[in-house]
Amino acid sequence: MKVNQSIAISENGFVFNPVTGDSFTLNNTGMQIIAMLKSGKTIEQIKEALLSEYDLDALVLERYLQDFITDLKRNYLLLEE
Amino acid sequence: MDRKKITIAITGLNNIDSPGPGMPVVRGIKESTIFDARIVGLAYDHLEPGIYMKEWVDKTYMIPYPSKGKEVLYERLKEIHAKENLNLIIPNFDAELFSFIKLENQINQLGIKTFLPTLEQFEERHKSNLPEYGKKYGVNIPKSEEAFSMNDLTNILRSFTYPVMIKGKYYDAYKAYSPEQAQAYFSKLSAKWGYPVIVQEYIDGTEVNVIALGDGKGQVISAVAMRKQYITDKGKAWGGVTISDDSMLELTHKIISQTKWRGGMELELIRTADSKLYILEINPRIPAWVYLAVGAGQNLPEAHVMLALGMDVKPYKSYDIGKMFIRYSWDMIVDIEMFSKLVTSGEL
Repeated sequence: MKVNQSIAISENGFVFNPVTGDSFTLNNTGMQIIAMLKSGKTIEQIKEALLSEYDLDALVLERYLQDFITDLKRNYLLLEE
Repeated sequence: MDRKKITIAITGLNNIDSPGPGMPVVRGIKESTIFDARIVGLAYDHLEPGIYMKEWVDKTYMIPYPSKGKEVLYERLKEIHAKENLNLIIPNFDAELFSFIKLENQINQLGIKTFLPTLEQFEERHKSNLPEYGKKYGVNIPKSEEAFSMNDLTNILRSFTYPVMIKGKYYDAYKAYSPEQAQAYFSKLSAKWGYPVIVQEYIDGTEVNVIALGDGKGQVISAVAMRKQYITDKGKAWGGVTISDDSMLELTHKIISQTKWRGGMELELIRTADSKLYILEINPRIPAWVYLAVGAGQNLPEAHVMLALGMDVKPYKSYDIGKMFIRYSWDMIVDIEMFSKLVTSGEL
């Protein structure tokens, strides 16, 4: 999986997909996850990083993370390699 | 550089909730670095807002509705030309284009330039001819059939699944979920726009559009892709954003190069979830959102004028992505004397 290279993400979390014209807003955690995906981290590595930073149940995190990844894929922000 | 003085007559001054393209075309031309244009409005209705927008439209003349016939229109154009010495006419309505195309030679002989599609180009992209068009040029078109009577409609609907789109000959479209709804829309559309009424397969997806200008020799002079962001209950874009979609632009180049399209056009497209592009309509004129193209770096109205005058025009190669347009409404205050002058004399 890789982050769609054509999307533009501003510092305040506004995402614009110039191909489809869709726009979204990300919260800080969303931006953090996208940044890690962009740097080439795997889902497992992202999970570990978030668990070490936040006081979270691993199963809850896993569920939220999968939902977020599914949203990214559905909106063409994350592409299968 | 001294700008070239020119007088251009323009229709489509109905800057209303379902706006004509006239005013944004005027705006593009007024911003031209090449032309210093005097704009002569040609109006069908006394309340077309552009008539009263004196900072954009220098003078307006009433012209007869297309239903009065082309000879009546020609006589009126001759009268207006005698007063204004027009260099160019840009018609902006689908419903009037047939008359202007038919009159093109006569208008040109008066010394007035035009840059219109040919009659063949105009006819073959009619909603009712789109399926044939799709086969001829190898593009995806939703299944469409034309109905001339309620009986026709009933028979045609048997081969469609719901929802189905019911479309007017020139404008307006409704989504029908049952035969009863389809019949009600059929009656409404046939009363307003005449026959045929088009029954079209409903394609689910995202509405996207391309505005383009063809030079009549197969070359695309201008093309800008847009995603509608806000659509009114009349199906008109009230907001939109320029997008970078190569497949939409490739489709535009394919159509213009194959048909050698002459003049402005708009492709109304649907992108399905599996990224397939379907052509819903090909509008044979500049669309009302043309000023977005100007704002994104392609002054299509200016290029249109240059082509009409036989000037060399370099094709635009790019435009700004992520430029938005947001339409708004604005109340003008106008003295009744202006209105009465227009009503009584036919000009303002």
